Amino acid sequence: MSIREIHRQLAKKERTVSEIVEDSLTRIKEVQPEIGSFLAINEEGARKKAKELEQKLNTSSERGLLAAIPAGVKDNLCTEGITTTCASQLLSNYQPIYNATVVEKLLSSDAIIMGKTNMDEFAMGSSNENSSFHPVKNPWDITRVPGGSSGGSAAAVATGAVTFALGSDTGGSIRQPAAFCGVVGLKPTYGRVSRFGLVAFASSLDQVGPVTQTVEDAAYVLQTIAGHDESDSTSVAKEVPDYLSALTGEIKGLKVAVPREMLGDGIDPAVREQIEKAVKQLEELGAHISEVSLPNLEYAVATYYILAPAEASSNLARFDGIRYGVRQGKNLLDIYEQSRSNGFGPEVKRRIMLGTYALSSGYYDAYYVKAQKARTLIKQDFDHIFANHDVIVGPTAPTTAYRIGEKISDPLTMYLDDLCTIPINLAGLPAISVPAGLANGLPVGLQIIGKAFAEETVLRVAHAYEQSAGTLAIPALGGVKA
Amino acid sequence: MSINRAQVEHVAKLARLSLSEEEKTQFTSQLNDILQFAEKLNELDTDNVEPTSHIYPIVNVMREDTVKPSLDRKKVLLNAPDQKDGSFRVPAVFEE
Repeated sequence: MSIREIHRQLAKKERTVSEIVEDSLTRIKEVQPEIGSFLAINEEGARKKAKELEQKLNTSSERGLLAAIPAGVKDNLCTEGITTTCASQLLSNYQPIYNATVVEKLLSSDAIIMGKTNMDEFAMGSSNENSSFHPVKNPWDITRVPGGSSGGSAAAVATGAVTFALGSDTGGSIRQPAAFCGVVGLKPTYGRVSRFGLVAFASSLDQVGPVTQTVEDAAYVLQTIAGHDESDSTSVAKEVPDYLSALTGEIKGLKVAVPREMLGDGIDPAVREQIEKAVKQLEELGAHISEVSLPNLEYAVATYYILAPAEASSNLARFDGIRYGVRQGKNLLDIYEQSRSNGFGPEVKRRIMLGTYALSSGYYDAYYVKAQKARTLIKQDFDHIFANHDVIVGPTAPTTAYRIGEKISDPLTMYLDDLCTIPINLAGLPAISVPAGLANGLPVGLQIIGKAFAEETVLRVAHAYEQSAGTLAIPALGGVKA
Repeated sequence: MSINRAQVEHVAKLARLSLSEEEKTQFTSQLNDILQFAEKLNELDTDNVEPTSHIYPIVNVMREDTVKPSLDRKKVLLNAPDQKDGSFRVPAVFEE
Protein backbone atom coordinates (compact mmCIF):
# COMPACT_ATOMS: atom_id res chain seq x y z
CA MET A 1 0.00 0.00 0.00
CA SER A 2 1.37 3.41 -0.98
CA ILE A 3 2.13 6.29 1.37
CA ARG A 4 -0.60 8.33 -0.30
CA GLU A 5 -3.16 5.55 0.29
CA ILE A 6 -2.20 5.16 3.95
CA HIS A 7 -2.56 8.90 4.43
CA ARG A 8 -5.96 8.82 2.75
CA GLN A 9 -7.07 6.05 5.15
CA LEU A 10 -5.76 8.04 8.06
CA ALA A 11 -7.58 11.18 6.97
CA LYS A 12 -10.85 9.26 6.44
CA LYS A 13 -10.30 7.52 9.79
CA GLU A 14 -10.50 4.12 8.08
CA ARG A 15 -7.46 2.95 10.06
CA THR A 16 -5.79 4.40 13.13
CA VAL A 17 -2.02 4.72 13.46
CA SER A 18 -2.04 1.80 15.89
CA GLU A 19 -3.97 -0.34 13.42
CA ILE A 20 -1.51 0.51 10.67
CA VAL A 21 1.35 -0.50 12.97
CA GLU A 22 -0.39 -3.72 14.09
CA ASP A 23 -1.09 -4.67 10.47
CA SER A 24 2.58 -4.19 9.67
CA LEU A 25 3.66 -6.23 12.73
CA THR A 26 1.28 -9.03 11.76
CA ARG A 27 2.68 -9.16 8.23
CA ILE A 28 6.29 -8.99 9.46
CA LYS A 29 5.70 -11.98 11.75
CA GLU A 30 3.83 -13.85 9.05
CA VAL A 31 6.65 -13.65 6.50
CA GLN A 32 9.71 -13.55 8.79
CA PRO A 33 10.08 -17.35 9.25
CA GLU A 34 10.09 -17.92 5.48
CA ILE A 35 11.88 -14.78 4.21
CA GLY A 36 14.07 -13.59 7.09
CA SER A 37 14.06 -9.89 6.18
CA PHE A 38 14.53 -8.66 9.73
CA LEU A 39 17.34 -8.86 12.26
CA ALA A 40 15.37 -6.98 14.94
CA ILE A 41 11.68 -6.19 15.24
CA ASN A 42 10.94 -2.98 17.09
CA GLU A 43 7.60 -4.17 18.40
CA GLU A 44 7.37 -2.19 21.64
CA GLY A 45 9.00 0.90 20.20
CA ALA A 46 6.66 0.95 17.20
CA ARG A 47 3.56 0.56 19.37
CA LYS A 48 4.71 3.32 21.68
CA LYS A 49 5.45 5.65 18.79
CA ALA A 50 2.02 4.88 17.30
CA LYS A 51 0.28 5.92 20.53
CA GLU A 52 2.36 9.12 20.73
CA LEU A 53 1.56 9.94 17.13
CA GLU A 54 -2.17 9.35 17.65
CA GLN A 55 -2.11 11.85 20.50
CA LYS A 56 -0.17 14.32 18.41
CA LEU A 57 -2.58 13.97 15.49
CA ASN A 58 -5.55 14.46 17.83
CA THR A 59 -4.24 17.73 19.19
CA SER A 60 -2.47 19.20 16.19
CA SER A 61 -3.08 19.50 12.49
CA GLU A 62 0.65 19.27 11.82
CA ARG A 63 1.62 15.95 10.36
CA GLY A 64 5.03 14.81 9.18
CA LEU A 65 5.53 13.84 5.56
CA LEU A 66 5.83 10.16 6.52
CA ALA A 67 3.27 10.16 9.33
CA ALA A 68 2.28 6.64 10.43
CA ILE A 69 4.24 4.99 7.62
CA PRO A 70 5.80 1.66 8.67
CA ALA A 71 9.49 1.67 7.81
CA GLY A 72 12.38 -0.78 7.83
CA VAL A 73 15.92 0.45 8.46
CA LYS A 74 18.96 -1.43 7.21
CA ASP A 75 21.00 -2.78 10.08
CA ASN A 76 24.07 -0.68 9.24
CA LEU A 77 22.23 2.54 10.15
CA CYS A 78 22.54 3.51 13.79
CA THR A 79 19.30 3.40 15.77
CA GLU A 80 19.48 4.58 19.36
CA GLY A 81 18.63 1.74 21.73
CA ILE A 82 17.95 -0.77 18.93
CA THR A 83 20.75 -3.19 18.05
CA THR A 84 22.74 -2.27 14.95
CA THR A 85 24.74 -5.32 14.02
CA CYS A 86 25.67 -4.84 10.34
CA ALA A 87 24.73 -8.56 10.25
CA SER A 88 28.11 -9.25 11.89
CA GLN A 89 28.91 -11.41 14.91
CA LEU A 90 31.40 -8.74 15.93
CA LEU A 91 28.59 -6.23 16.50
CA SER A 92 25.94 -8.72 17.64
CA ASN A 93 25.51 -6.85 20.94
CA TYR A 94 25.99 -3.28 19.72
CA GLN A 95 23.34 -0.74 20.71
CA PRO A 96 24.08 2.71 19.33
CA ILE A 97 23.72 5.68 21.64
CA TYR A 98 22.62 7.99 18.85
CA ASN A 99 20.56 7.87 15.68
CA ALA A 100 21.93 8.18 12.17
CA THR A 101 20.85 11.52 10.69
CA VAL A 102 18.54 9.74 8.22
CA VAL A 103 16.91 7.85 11.10
CA GLU A 104 16.49 11.08 13.02
CA LYS A 105 14.83 12.56 9.92
CA LEU A 106 12.44 9.62 9.58
CA LEU A 107 11.43 9.99 13.21
CA SER A 108 10.90 13.71 12.99
CA SER A 109 8.70 13.19 9.93
CA ASP A 110 6.59 10.79 12.06
CA ALA A 111 7.53 7.54 10.31
CA ILE A 112 7.32 4.39 12.44
CA ILE A 113 10.46 2.26 12.60
CA MET A 114 9.28 -1.35 12.58
CA GLY A 115 12.65 -3.03 12.66
CA LYS A 116 16.16 -3.47 11.36
CA THR A 117 16.59 -5.22 8.06
CA ASN A 118 18.97 -8.03 7.24
CA MET A 119 21.95 -7.50 4.94
CA ASP A 120 25.26 -8.89 3.80
CA GLU A 121 27.76 -8.44 6.62
CA PHE A 122 29.01 -4.83 6.60
CA ALA A 123 27.16 -4.42 3.27
CA MET A 124 29.67 -6.63 1.49
CA GLY A 125 27.90 -8.91 -0.93
CA SER A 126 25.27 -9.09 -3.64
CA SER A 127 23.12 -11.99 -2.44
CA ASN A 128 22.53 -11.54 1.30
CA GLU A 129 24.16 -14.92 1.83
CA ASN A 130 26.90 -13.11 3.77
CA SER A 131 24.63 -12.24 6.68
CA SER A 132 26.21 -13.92 9.68
CA PHE A 133 22.80 -14.50 11.30
CA HIS A 134 20.57 -15.95 8.58
CA PRO A 135 20.11 -15.44 4.85
CA VAL A 136 17.17 -13.60 3.28
CA LYS A 137 15.08 -15.41 0.69
CA ASN A 138 13.53 -13.93 -2.41
CA PRO A 139 9.75 -13.55 -1.95
CA TRP A 140 9.25 -14.44 -5.63
CA ASP A 141 10.98 -17.79 -5.24
CA ILE A 142 12.35 -18.81 -1.86
CA THR A 143 15.05 -20.98 -3.41
CA ARG A 144 16.60 -17.79 -4.79
CA VAL A 145 18.58 -14.89 -3.35
CA PRO A 146 16.91 -11.49 -2.81
CA GLY A 147 20.06 -9.69 -3.96
CA GLY A 148 22.24 -7.62 -1.69
CA SER A 149 23.52 -6.12 0.27
CA SER A 150 20.17 -4.46 1.18
CA GLY A 151 18.32 -7.76 0.59
CA GLY A 152 16.36 -7.54 3.83
CA SER A 153 15.11 -4.05 2.94
CA ALA A 154 14.02 -5.17 -0.55
CA ALA A 155 12.31 -8.36 0.63
CA ALA A 156 10.56 -6.51 3.48
CA VAL A 157 9.06 -4.05 0.99
CA ALA A 158 8.29 -6.70 -1.64
CA THR A 159 6.29 -8.74 0.91
CA GLY A 160 4.37 -5.66 2.06
CA ALA A 161 5.73 -6.03 5.61
CA VAL A 162 6.73 -2.35 5.58
CA THR A 163 5.84 0.46 3.19
CA PHE A 164 9.44 1.44 2.64
CA ALA A 165 12.89 0.61 3.93
CA LEU A 166 16.17 2.48 3.96
CA GLY A 167 19.14 0.79 2.37
CA SER A 168 22.71 1.76 1.57
CA ASP A 169 24.34 1.50 -1.83
CA THR A 170 28.11 1.28 -2.34
CA GLY A 171 28.17 -0.67 -5.61
CA GLY A 172 24.50 -1.46 -6.24
CA SER A 173 23.31 -2.57 -2.81
CA ILE A 174 19.97 -0.73 -3.04
CA ARG A 175 19.26 -1.09 -6.76
CA GLN A 176 20.19 -4.74 -7.38
CA PRO A 177 18.06 -6.22 -4.55
CA ALA A 178 15.22 -3.89 -5.60
CA ALA A 179 15.51 -5.34 -9.12
CA PHE A 180 15.64 -8.95 -7.86
CA CYS A 181 12.60 -8.45 -5.60
CA GLY A 182 10.47 -6.43 -8.03
CA VAL A 183 10.45 -3.13 -6.13
CA VAL A 184 11.84 0.39 -6.55
CA GLY A 185 15.32 1.27 -5.24
CA LEU A 186 16.95 4.70 -5.43
CA LYS A 187 20.61 5.56 -4.91
CA PRO A 188 20.88 9.33 -4.59
CA THR A 189 23.82 11.40 -5.81
CA TYR A 190 26.88 11.06 -3.58
CA GLY A 191 26.50 13.91 -1.07
CA ARG A 192 22.73 14.29 -1.42
CA VAL A 193 21.98 12.35 1.77
CA SER A 194 23.91 12.41 5.05
CA ARG A 195 26.04 9.37 5.86
CA PHE A 196 26.33 10.31 9.54
CA GLY A 197 25.49 7.18 11.54
CA LEU A 198 25.82 4.87 8.54
CA VAL A 199 28.49 2.33 9.44
CA ALA A 200 31.11 3.12 6.81
CA PHE A 201 32.08 0.55 4.19
CA ALA A 202 33.68 2.60 1.38
CA SER A 203 33.30 6.24 2.31
CA SER A 204 33.78 7.72 -1.16
CA LEU A 205 31.05 5.46 -2.60
CA ASP A 206 28.44 4.82 0.14
CA GLN A 207 25.08 6.52 -0.07
CA VAL A 208 21.78 5.97 1.78
CA GLY A 209 18.51 5.70 -0.14
CA PRO A 210 14.99 4.27 -0.14
CA VAL A 211 13.51 0.96 -1.24
CA THR A 212 9.79 1.38 -1.97
CA GLN A 213 6.89 -0.16 -3.86
CA THR A 214 6.34 2.88 -6.06
CA VAL A 215 8.37 5.74 -7.51
CA GLU A 216 6.14 8.26 -5.75
CA ASP A 217 6.99 6.67 -2.40
CA ALA A 218 10.69 6.92 -3.28
CA ALA A 219 10.15 10.65 -3.85
CA TYR A 220 8.45 10.95 -0.43
CA VAL A 221 11.34 9.24 1.33
CA LEU A 222 14.07 11.10 -0.55
CA GLN A 223 12.30 14.37 0.28
CA THR A 224 12.58 13.43 3.93
CA ILE A 225 16.18 12.24 4.08
CA ALA A 226 17.92 14.56 1.58
CA GLY A 227 19.91 17.62 2.53
CA HIS A 228 23.05 18.95 4.11
CA ASP A 229 24.11 17.70 7.51
CA GLU A 230 26.80 19.47 9.48
CA SER A 231 27.78 16.10 10.96
CA ASP A 232 28.74 14.84 7.49
CA SER A 233 31.11 17.21 5.74
CA THR A 234 30.69 15.27 2.47
CA SER A 235 26.97 16.03 2.40
CA VAL A 236 26.43 18.88 0.01
CA ALA A 237 24.85 22.21 0.94
CA LYS A 238 22.51 22.35 -2.02
CA GLU A 239 18.84 23.19 -1.77
CA VAL A 240 16.54 20.16 -1.77
CA PRO A 241 13.94 20.49 -4.54
CA ASP A 242 10.32 19.36 -4.31
CA TYR A 243 10.65 15.81 -5.60
CA LEU A 244 6.94 15.04 -5.52
CA SER A 245 6.14 17.88 -7.89
CA ALA A 246 8.72 16.47 -10.32
CA LEU A 247 6.43 13.50 -11.00
CA THR A 248 4.57 15.04 -13.91
CA GLY A 249 4.27 11.93 -16.05
CA GLU A 250 5.67 14.02 -18.89
CA ILE A 251 8.90 13.00 -20.64
CA LYS A 252 8.28 14.28 -24.16
CA GLY A 253 11.50 15.36 -25.85
CA LEU A 254 13.70 13.96 -23.10
CA LYS A 255 17.04 12.68 -24.37
CA VAL A 256 17.62 9.09 -23.32
CA ALA A 257 20.96 7.36 -23.90
CA VAL A 258 21.23 3.58 -24.07
CA PRO A 259 24.85 2.38 -23.69
CA ARG A 260 25.50 -0.64 -25.87
CA GLU A 261 27.91 -1.99 -23.23
CA MET A 262 24.96 -2.45 -20.87
CA LEU A 263 23.11 -4.65 -23.34
CA GLY A 264 26.05 -6.74 -24.46
CA ASP A 265 27.16 -10.33 -24.09
CA GLY A 266 27.20 -10.41 -20.30
CA ILE A 267 23.47 -9.72 -20.11
CA ASP A 268 20.92 -12.54 -19.92
CA PRO A 269 18.91 -12.42 -23.20
CA ALA A 270 15.61 -12.57 -21.30
CA VAL A 271 16.65 -9.51 -19.25
CA ARG A 272 17.82 -7.72 -22.40
CA GLU A 273 14.45 -8.33 -24.02
CA GLN A 274 12.60 -6.71 -21.10
CA ILE A 275 14.95 -3.71 -21.15
CA GLU A 276 14.52 -3.28 -24.89
CA LYS A 277 10.76 -3.34 -24.36
CA ALA A 278 11.10 -0.70 -21.65
CA VAL A 279 13.21 1.51 -23.93
CA LYS A 280 10.49 1.25 -26.60
CA GLN A 281 7.95 2.27 -24.02
CA LEU A 282 9.97 5.37 -23.15
CA GLU A 283 10.09 6.17 -26.86
CA GLU A 284 6.31 5.83 -27.10
CA LEU A 285 6.06 8.29 -24.22
CA GLY A 286 7.89 10.81 -26.38
CA ALA A 287 11.51 10.39 -25.33
CA HIS A 288 14.32 10.55 -27.90
CA ILE A 289 16.38 7.39 -27.73
CA SER A 290 19.97 7.12 -28.89
CA GLU A 291 22.54 4.40 -28.59
CA VAL A 292 25.79 5.52 -26.96
CA SER A 293 29.04 4.00 -25.79
CA LEU A 294 30.72 4.01 -22.39
CA PRO A 295 34.09 2.64 -23.51
CA ASN A 296 35.58 2.37 -20.02
CA LEU A 297 32.62 0.58 -18.48
CA GLU A 298 34.42 -2.75 -18.77
CA TYR A 299 37.03 -1.49 -16.29
CA ALA A 300 34.51 -0.52 -13.63
CA VAL A 301 34.33 -3.83 -11.77
CA ALA A 302 38.12 -4.12 -11.50
CA THR A 303 38.35 -0.48 -10.39
CA TYR A 304 35.68 -0.94 -7.77
CA TYR A 305 37.10 -4.15 -6.32
CA ILE A 306 40.38 -2.36 -5.66
CA LEU A 307 38.98 0.93 -4.35
CA ALA A 308 36.07 -0.35 -2.23
CA PRO A 309 38.10 -3.00 -0.35
CA ALA A 310 40.92 -0.47 0.15
CA GLU A 311 38.54 1.98 1.79
CA ALA A 312 36.89 -0.87 3.70
CA SER A 313 40.17 -2.17 5.09
CA SER A 314 40.80 1.26 6.55
CA ASN A 315 37.23 1.83 7.80
CA LEU A 316 36.98 -1.59 9.43
CA ALA A 317 40.21 -1.10 11.35
CA ARG A 318 38.06 0.49 14.07
CA PHE A 319 36.58 -2.90 14.94
CA ASP A 320 39.28 -3.99 17.34
CA GLY A 321 37.28 -5.21 20.34
CA ILE A 322 38.28 -2.26 22.53
CA ARG A 323 35.39 0.22 22.65
CA TYR A 324 32.40 -1.81 21.44
CA GLY A 325 31.58 -5.14 19.91
CA VAL A 326 32.45 -8.61 21.09
CA ARG A 327 35.95 -8.77 22.67
CA GLN A 328 37.89 -12.01 22.50
CA GLY A 329 41.47 -12.86 23.46
CA LYS A 330 43.80 -12.16 26.39
CA ASN A 331 46.69 -9.78 25.68
CA LEU A 332 46.33 -6.69 23.50
CA LEU A 333 47.47 -8.12 20.18
CA ASP A 334 45.42 -11.23 20.88
CA ILE A 335 42.34 -9.11 21.44
CA TYR A 336 42.76 -7.38 18.10
CA GLU A 337 43.36 -10.58 16.19
CA GLN A 338 40.85 -12.82 17.95
CA SER A 339 38.03 -10.26 18.06
CA ARG A 340 38.45 -9.56 14.35
CA SER A 341 39.15 -13.10 13.14
CA ASN A 342 36.23 -14.63 15.03
CA GLY A 343 33.96 -11.62 14.59
CA PHE A 344 34.23 -11.10 10.82
CA GLY A 345 32.84 -13.53 8.25
CA PRO A 346 34.74 -14.82 5.19
CA GLU A 347 33.70 -12.13 2.69
CA VAL A 348 34.60 -9.31 5.07
CA LYS A 349 37.99 -10.87 5.76
CA ARG A 350 38.57 -11.40 2.05
CA ARG A 351 37.92 -7.72 1.33
CA ILE A 352 40.03 -6.51 4.24
CA MET A 353 42.86 -8.71 2.93
CA LEU A 354 42.43 -7.43 -0.64
CA GLY A 355 42.25 -3.80 0.48
CA THR A 356 45.20 -4.08 2.85
CA TYR A 357 47.25 -5.63 0.06
CA ALA A 358 46.27 -2.92 -2.45
CA LEU A 359 47.32 -0.22 0.02
CA SER A 360 50.47 -1.92 1.23
CA SER A 361 53.97 -0.71 0.53
CA GLY A 362 55.07 -1.62 -2.99
CA TYR A 363 51.55 -2.21 -4.35
CA TYR A 364 49.87 1.12 -3.61
CA ASP A 365 50.71 2.71 -6.98
CA ALA A 366 50.15 -0.42 -9.03
CA TYR A 367 46.69 -1.10 -7.66
CA TYR A 368 45.20 1.73 -5.64
CA VAL A 369 46.41 4.76 -7.59
CA LYS A 370 45.87 2.95 -10.89
CA ALA A 371 42.26 2.27 -9.89
CA GLN A 372 41.76 5.88 -8.84
CA LYS A 373 42.91 6.95 -12.30
CA ALA A 374 40.60 4.45 -13.94
CA ARG A 375 37.82 5.96 -11.85
CA THR A 376 38.55 9.33 -13.45
CA LEU A 377 38.21 7.82 -16.94
CA ILE A 378 34.93 6.09 -16.04
CA LYS A 379 33.52 9.33 -14.66
CA GLN A 380 34.58 11.15 -17.85
CA ASP A 381 32.62 8.61 -19.93
CA PHE A 382 29.47 9.65 -18.09
CA ASP A 383 30.33 13.36 -18.38
CA HIS A 384 30.57 12.98 -22.16
CA ILE A 385 27.17 11.29 -22.43
CA PHE A 386 25.50 13.76 -20.10
CA ALA A 387 26.79 16.70 -22.11
CA ASN A 388 23.90 16.05 -24.50
CA HIS A 389 21.57 13.55 -22.85
CA ASP A 390 19.23 13.77 -19.87
CA VAL A 391 19.32 10.20 -18.61
CA ILE A 392 21.04 6.90 -19.31
CA VAL A 393 19.02 3.69 -19.13
CA GLY A 394 19.90 0.02 -19.03
CA PRO A 395 19.40 -3.06 -16.89
CA THR A 396 20.06 -2.88 -13.15
CA ALA A 397 21.49 -6.39 -13.06
CA PRO A 398 22.65 -8.70 -15.85
CA THR A 399 20.43 -11.58 -14.66
CA THR A 400 17.34 -12.15 -12.58
CA ALA A 401 17.67 -13.57 -9.05
CA TYR A 402 19.86 -16.67 -8.98
CA ARG A 403 19.67 -19.70 -6.71
CA ILE A 404 20.92 -19.59 -3.13
CA GLY A 405 24.36 -21.20 -3.08
CA GLU A 406 24.86 -20.86 -6.84
CA LYS A 407 27.66 -18.26 -6.74
CA ILE A 408 28.78 -18.01 -3.14
CA SER A 409 31.88 -20.19 -3.54
CA ASP A 410 33.25 -18.07 -6.38
CA PRO A 411 33.64 -14.44 -5.26
CA LEU A 412 34.93 -13.13 -8.58
CA THR A 413 31.89 -14.42 -10.49
CA MET A 414 29.62 -12.70 -8.02
CA TYR A 415 31.62 -9.47 -8.29
CA LEU A 416 31.22 -9.47 -12.08
CA ASP A 417 27.44 -9.34 -11.68
CA ASP A 418 27.78 -5.80 -10.34
CA LEU A 419 28.85 -4.46 -13.73
CA CYS A 420 25.76 -2.32 -14.35
CA THR A 421 25.54 -0.73 -10.91
CA ILE A 422 29.17 -0.20 -9.86
CA PRO A 423 30.06 2.46 -12.48
CA ILE A 424 27.31 4.72 -11.13
CA ASN A 425 28.85 4.72 -7.62
CA LEU A 426 32.29 5.35 -9.07
CA ALA A 427 30.87 8.39 -10.88
CA GLY A 428 28.79 9.44 -7.84
CA LEU A 429 25.56 9.73 -9.88
CA PRO A 430 21.92 9.19 -8.89
CA ALA A 431 20.19 6.08 -10.23
CA ILE A 432 16.93 4.25 -9.67
CA SER A 433 15.82 0.70 -10.36
CA VAL A 434 12.15 0.28 -11.33
CA PRO A 435 10.36 -2.99 -12.07
CA ALA A 436 10.33 -3.74 -15.80
CA GLY A 437 8.17 -6.84 -15.89
CA LEU A 438 9.27 -10.43 -15.50
CA ALA A 439 11.76 -12.66 -17.28
CA ASN A 440 11.20 -16.38 -16.72
CA GLY A 441 8.78 -15.49 -13.92
CA LEU A 442 11.28 -13.32 -12.02
CA PRO A 443 11.45 -9.52 -11.74
CA VAL A 444 13.72 -7.44 -13.97
CA GLY A 445 14.91 -3.96 -12.99
CA LEU A 446 15.22 -1.03 -15.38
CA GLN A 447 17.99 1.29 -14.24
CA ILE A 448 17.65 5.01 -14.91
CA ILE A 449 20.80 7.06 -14.29
CA GLY A 450 20.86 10.85 -14.05
CA LYS A 451 23.29 13.74 -13.87
CA ALA A 452 24.66 14.61 -10.45
CA PHE A 453 21.88 16.05 -8.26
CA ALA A 454 19.26 15.46 -10.99
CA GLU A 455 17.15 13.11 -8.83
CA GLU A 456 14.09 15.02 -10.05
CA THR A 457 14.72 13.91 -13.63
CA VAL A 458 15.48 10.34 -12.59
CA LEU A 459 12.26 10.17 -10.57
CA ARG A 460 10.23 11.81 -13.33
CA VAL A 461 11.36 9.29 -15.95
CA ALA A 462 10.92 6.36 -13.56
CA HIS A 463 7.44 7.56 -12.63
CA ALA A 464 6.35 8.08 -16.24
CA TYR A 465 7.63 4.60 -17.10
CA GLU A 466 5.93 3.07 -14.06
CA GLN A 467 2.64 4.72 -14.97
CA SER A 468 2.70 3.04 -18.35
CA ALA A 469 4.31 -0.27 -17.31
CA GLY A 470 2.61 -0.75 -13.95
CA THR A 471 4.02 -2.01 -10.65
CA LEU A 472 4.43 -5.69 -9.77
CA ALA A 473 1.93 -7.29 -7.40
CA ILE A 474 3.09 -8.55 -4.00
CA PRO A 475 4.26 -12.10 -4.73
CA ALA A 476 2.67 -15.09 -3.09
CA LEU A 477 5.58 -16.46 -1.07
CA GLY A 478 7.27 -19.57 -2.29
CA GLY A 479 7.43 -18.96 -5.97
CA VAL A 480 3.87 -18.60 -7.21
CA LYS A 481 4.20 -16.02 -9.91
CA ALA A 482 2.02 -12.96 -10.12
CA MET B 1 51.62 -9.73 -10.25
CA SER B 2 50.49 -12.54 -8.05
CA ILE B 3 50.26 -13.06 -4.33
CA ASN B 4 51.80 -16.07 -2.58
CA ARG B 5 51.08 -17.70 0.75
CA ALA B 6 53.86 -15.82 2.57
CA GLN B 7 52.44 -12.52 1.34
CA VAL B 8 48.96 -13.54 2.45
CA GLU B 9 50.38 -14.20 5.91
CA HIS B 10 52.11 -10.82 5.90
CA VAL B 11 48.97 -8.96 4.81
CA ALA B 12 46.91 -10.80 7.45
CA LYS B 13 49.37 -9.59 10.07
CA LEU B 14 49.06 -6.01 8.81
CA ALA B 15 45.26 -6.30 8.96
CA ARG B 16 45.35 -7.85 12.47
CA LEU B 17 43.68 -11.02 11.28
CA SER B 18 44.81 -14.46 12.31
CA LEU B 19 43.93 -16.89 9.56
CA SER B 20 43.54 -20.65 9.75
CA GLU B 21 45.67 -22.81 7.42
CA GLU B 22 42.55 -23.44 5.37
CA GLU B 23 41.79 -19.72 5.10
CA LYS B 24 45.37 -19.02 4.00
CA THR B 25 45.04 -21.55 1.18
CA GLN B 26 41.65 -20.26 0.13
CA PHE B 27 42.59 -16.56 0.27
CA THR B 28 45.81 -17.12 -1.67
CA SER B 29 43.84 -18.67 -4.51
CA GLN B 30 40.89 -16.25 -4.41
CA LEU B 31 43.01 -13.10 -4.05
CA ASN B 32 45.07 -14.27 -7.00
CA ASP B 33 41.93 -14.62 -9.13
CA ILE B 34 40.78 -11.14 -8.18
CA LEU B 35 44.20 -9.50 -8.60
CA GLN B 36 44.64 -11.20 -11.94
CA PHE B 37 41.30 -9.76 -12.98
CA ALA B 38 42.42 -6.32 -11.75
CA GLU B 39 45.42 -6.55 -14.10
CA LYS B 40 42.89 -5.55 -16.74
CA LEU B 41 43.39 -1.97 -15.58
CA ASN B 42 46.89 -2.09 -17.08
CA GLU B 43 45.27 -1.96 -20.51
CA LEU B 44 44.33 1.64 -19.72
CA ASP B 45 46.70 4.46 -20.57
CA THR B 46 46.55 6.59 -17.42
CA ASP B 47 49.77 8.58 -17.92
CA ASN B 48 48.13 11.98 -17.93
CA VAL B 49 45.10 11.12 -15.84
CA GLU B 50 44.54 12.58 -12.39
CA PRO B 51 43.42 10.09 -9.73
CA THR B 52 39.91 10.55 -8.32
CA SER B 53 39.70 10.02 -4.58
CA HIS B 54 36.39 11.73 -4.18
CA ILE B 55 33.72 12.55 -6.74
CA TYR B 56 32.51 15.90 -5.52
CA PRO B 57 34.99 18.75 -5.43
CA ILE B 58 34.71 19.75 -1.78
CA VAL B 59 37.84 20.88 0.00
CA ASN B 60 38.42 22.01 3.56
CA VAL B 61 34.90 22.22 4.92
CA MET B 62 35.26 24.70 7.79
CA ARG B 63 33.05 25.45 10.76
CA GLU B 64 33.08 27.83 13.68
CA ASP B 65 35.21 26.55 16.55
CA THR B 66 32.43 26.64 19.11
CA VAL B 67 32.06 24.45 22.16
CA LYS B 68 29.17 22.02 21.92
CA PRO B 69 28.00 19.21 24.16
CA SER B 70 29.66 15.91 23.32
CA LEU B 71 28.49 12.37 23.97
CA ASP B 72 27.79 11.45 27.55
CA ARG B 73 30.65 9.41 29.03
CA LYS B 74 28.35 6.94 30.77
CA LYS B 75 26.44 6.31 27.56
CA VAL B 76 29.61 5.92 25.54
CA LEU B 77 30.79 3.22 27.92
CA LEU B 78 27.53 1.28 27.65
CA ASN B 79 28.96 -0.72 24.76
CA ALA B 80 32.43 -1.19 26.24
CA PRO B 81 33.51 -4.83 26.55
CA ASP B 82 35.46 -3.85 29.67
CA GLN B 83 35.72 -0.59 31.62
CA LYS B 84 37.10 0.91 34.78
CA ASP B 85 36.77 4.35 36.39
CA GLY B 86 34.99 5.87 33.41
CA SER B 87 37.52 4.59 30.87
CA PHE B 88 37.85 1.70 28.46
CA ARG B 89 39.89 -1.01 30.09
CA VAL B 90 42.50 -2.97 28.13
CA PRO B 91 45.18 -5.45 29.19
CA ALA B 92 48.61 -4.06 30.00
CA VAL B 93 50.29 -2.85 26.82
CA PHE B 94 53.88 -3.11 28.10
CA GLU B 95 55.14 -6.32 29.51
CA GLU B 96 57.15 -6.20 32.73
